[in-house]
Amino acid sequence: MVGGGGIGGGLLENANPLIYERSGDRPVTEGEEDEQVPDSIDAREIFDLIRSINDPEHPLTLEELNVVEQVRVQVSDPESTVAVAFTPTIPHCSMATLIGLSIKVKLLRSLPQRFKMDVHITPGTHASEHAVNKQLADKERVAAALENTHLLEVVNQCLSARS
Amino acid sequence: MAAAAALEAVAPLGALWGLVQDFVMGQQEGPADQVAADVKSGSYTVLQVVEALGSSLENPEPRTRARGIQLLSQVLLQCHCLLLEKEVVHLILFYENRLKDHHLVIPSVLQGLRALSLCVALPPGLAVSVLKAIFQEVHVQSLPQVDRHTVYSIITNFMRTREEELKGLGADFTFGFIQVMDGEKDPRNLLVAFRIVYDLISRDYSLGPFVEELFEVTSCYFPIDFTPPPNDPHGIQREDLILSLRAVLASTPCFAEFLLPLLIEKVDSEILSAKLDSLQTLNACCAVYGQKELKDFLPSLWASIRREVFQTASERVEAEGLAALNSLTACLSRSVLRADAEDLLDSFLSNILQDCRHHLCEPDMKLVWPSAKLLQAAAGASARACDHITSNVLPLLLEQFHKHSQSNQRRTILEMILGFLKLQQKWSYEDKDERPLSGFKDQLCSLIFMALTDPNTQLQLVGIRTLTVLGAQPDLLSSGDLELAVGHLYRLSFLEEDSQSCRAAALEASGTLAAFYPVAFSTHLVPKLAEDLCTEESDLARGDGPTRCSRHPRCLQALSAVSTHPSIVKETLPLLLQHLCQMNRGSMSPGTSEVIAVCQSLQQVAEKCQRDPESCWYFHQTAVPCLLALAVQASMPEKEHSVLKKVLLEDEVLATVVSVIATATTHLSPDLATQSVAHIVPLFLDGNISFLPENSFSGRFQPFQDGSSGQRRLVALLMAFVCSLPRNVEIPQLNRLMRELLELSCCQSCPFSSTAAAKCFAGLLNKHPAGQQLDEFLQLAVDKVEAGLSSGPCRSQAFTLLLWVTKALVLRYHPLSSCLTDRLMGLLSDPELGPAAADGFSLLMSDCTDVLTRAGHAEVRIMFRQRFFTDNVPALVRGFHAAPQDVKPNYLKGLSHVLNRLPKPVLLPELPTLLPYKPQVIRALAKPLDDKKRLVRKEAVSARGEWFLLGSPGS
Repeated sequence: MVGGGGIGGGLLENANPLIYERSGDRPVTEGEEDEQVPDSIDAREIFDLIRSINDPEHPLTLEELNVVEQVRVQVSDPESTVAVAFTPTIPHCSMATLIGLSIKVKLLRSLPQRFKMDVHITPGTHASEHAVNKQLADKERVAAALENTHLLEVVNQCLSARS
Repeated sequence: MAAAAALEAVAPLGALWGLVQDFVMGQQEGPADQVAADVKSGSYTVLQVVEALGSSLENPEPRTRARGIQLLSQVLLQCHCLLLEKEVVHLILFYENRLKDHHLVIPSVLQGLRALSLCVALPPGLAVSVLKAIFQEVHVQSLPQVDRHTVYSIITNFMRTREEELKGLGADFTFGFIQVMDGEKDPRNLLVAFRIVYDLISRDYSLGPFVEELFEVTSCYFPIDFTPPPNDPHGIQREDLILSLRAVLASTPCFAEFLLPLLIEKVDSEILSAKLDSLQTLNACCAVYGQKELKDFLPSLWASIRREVFQTASERVEAEGLAALNSLTACLSRSVLRADAEDLLDSFLSNILQDCRHHLCEPDMKLVWPSAKLLQAAAGASARACDHITSNVLPLLLEQFHKHSQSNQRRTILEMILGFLKLQQKWSYEDKDERPLSGFKDQLCSLIFMALTDPNTQLQLVGIRTLTVLGAQPDLLSSGDLELAVGHLYRLSFLEEDSQSCRAAALEASGTLAAFYPVAFSTHLVPKLAEDLCTEESDLARGDGPTRCSRHPRCLQALSAVSTHPSIVKETLPLLLQHLCQMNRGSMSPGTSEVIAVCQSLQQVAEKCQRDPESCWYFHQTAVPCLLALAVQASMPEKEHSVLKKVLLEDEVLATVVSVIATATTHLSPDLATQSVAHIVPLFLDGNISFLPENSFSGRFQPFQDGSSGQRRLVALLMAFVCSLPRNVEIPQLNRLMRELLELSCCQSCPFSSTAAAKCFAGLLNKHPAGQQLDEFLQLAVDKVEAGLSSGPCRSQAFTLLLWVTKALVLRYHPLSSCLTDRLMGLLSDPELGPAAADGFSLLMSDCTDVLTRAGHAEVRIMFRQRFFTDNVPALVRGFHAAPQDVKPNYLKGLSHVLNRLPKPVLLPELPTLLPYKPQVIRALAKPLDDKKRLVRKEAVSARGEWFLLGSPGS
């Protein structure tokens, strides 16, 4: 099959997206260097996990496309809950489910098991918002999706470090 | 007797008859190879094979005839070298005759002729006869692909071995071949056919009246439009066909009258690939064409190229258009003319100028850059073209610069000027007065200086680049121009923080120009910088703080930037060293960063000196003793330490001094290095300070004996020097030195000194030639390590020593390295040293900056990481399984360090060995995801993420 990315060979839906600046590495604080002080899991830490996920279509990260933003991450370490809202670049973006799935998988692989995760579309930013949210919230469907070699391949590509 | 011999002869012949029957009637394929093998081994002759075939060759059934001839042809393909001339004559006659036979027979006949075309014994005249027969009897293009290919092979074989004979055929051969290939469709055959046409032309076969036909039969494929089918086993790419067709089309000026109109037509087409191919082919043609061929087509060619560059949306088309224009101009410049002929170059360039000039006057408009690029492409073709265009364009651009007052317009114009100036560098002019720039020099200088004082940074930047290019023209700038230029560069070197790019450009320009004009910079720049360094000190005394912060580091950077000429280094280096000494004497307190800034400046000077052996030695001889003297003095026990003294002994500062000394040592010639080592080793071993420039100290220097902890820290400087020496430099008192280093490495001093001693020991060990002495050093080291590790207060030092010695041996593939690695691995489950051992694997796999570097002549085998991986990963994995729960993470960490540094291509084939552990590792890594420390979680996340991807699709 010709064409990169493994998804369709056709034209990009949004060929010229607006590109946002990447934030730098989180500076290491003195507290973080101190073995005695516990650092709770905060919004920036969650954001750092997902901001470098690659977009399935563009050679850009979700952060550069403004699909994920730190303000749309809610986390409570003591209650073990995380909620991430993501914003597709266009309201009809067919990649929305895949992007949500990549975020979800990244969190599943990176967060302690005790966390309950909610990944959903920023309200009012996608035509099929509810359908996508429902799929992402369905544990069995997410598990089934990852059994699909083709889907897993695309998700892994999104989660691979850019060379 | 005779009867017995006859019987013997009959027996194999009987077998031959059987084989022939099996092949012809039995439709078996195997016998062909058997017969060929028997002929080769001498069991029977080709003639006997023909006799055995006998009736099948004349069988009325064409399939049977074909089969018979096929057997003969297959045997001949394998045995053609055994044939005698007489046999060849007969066979050729037979095969030529069979060309008239039924079409089913033809493929086998062609195979036979191919075999005979390879035959060395082919008598003269027969090659021509075979080709004539083929041309006459065979309609090649109605044959299947394979058989057409056979015909091309026969022709190729004859062309290779019977060139003279074929040329005797005259243009008939060319004509015959044209008919053979006319209509060919298969890419595999086309590649061969194009090659034959190329040889026809380049080997000077007679084309006679068939030039146009030959052009037609090949050019009909232009531009190549071929997409290889999916899973194509032949591997022919579009590019192969394009290049081999281009080689044909561009091989002769004879095609010019037909080809050039075709190229113009295709450049004008809508298809991008056709445009590109046409422009590239035109480019290739210019290598063999002359003015005569181009003459009639120049206006159209120029119009097409101009349109493509003016209007194109594709950068590749633009680039190819410019390249074609460059080649056309070069071709016109090169042609030898008859005395009475008109030189087309001038009129061609005038045309270009006429169409482009006026666009240069509109720096805001779209066509300004395409026009400049076209003019520059033409000007870059030859000195004459450059001269013609520059003398026309430069006055215009100079005038336009003054007509336009906006900075961004001026920037565009200056950037164009820069482009034309750069082209001048391609041509050298013998005679000073012939140089086209001489007349414009004053105007150019004043324009550049205007740009350099403009508030617009972009314009300044172009001004700096233009100054650099102009300065690189030999004998152009006067001393007055240079003084002004240096003044500007001085000013720009001190620009504010927001003009960082300009400042960096000014420093770079200073470096480039100083190499050309050392006197100007020595006279006008270095004294000013020297003055700045002093003035600021007195300013400081007055408490004038803020100026120092900004000016001081810049001054140091400027000094190192201009140290590009040996004579300048002789001024800047003493200045920098003097400055360092004065900081030591002065009453004010220099900060760490300020001392580091001076050292960094020294480091840059040292790097620049590496290119020139003389400067290299000068730097070494001047800087190293001075730095050592300062450091030794700082380490002396005194009641009141001056502040610099304390600063000089700080880890960070010593690290920069280490890199200065290392840089000043790596490029020394062995002779000079030997001179230096004779001073420096006795300094450290015997306290021999006689070679130091200032050597009246308050105490003795005995870093290895009972010296102060400050003195011991200076072993880092010894390391910087001895570990950077070329390998063949002999080190005096090496045995004693090694023992002292070992002693220090495991003594309870500060970690800085013991680590420096361990690294120094390791660095020397790595370079030491194999033999008894090396074994002794190793034994001493192992004993020291074991004694230290066993118990007591120095376990950590002994571990560090083990780590560095292991690294030194791993890098050179020393046999003992595996024992030491095992020892290190054993420490992974040590409750105290385990985590450090795990991190140690990172050190083993990474490149150091100060010791054990390739630049410092260490023995570093290129595959050491791969080898370490193969040798040690299985043991690490076993260790992980066997280890108790609380130390498992150490093994994992060690493993991940090894994997991390490994090139991907090496890791991939090894994945299957790791995959069985994947679930376990992923499970084990779940725990640190919830560590209370963020930095731990971060590492765990990245490691776990990688393990998820391991062997998974898409990674």
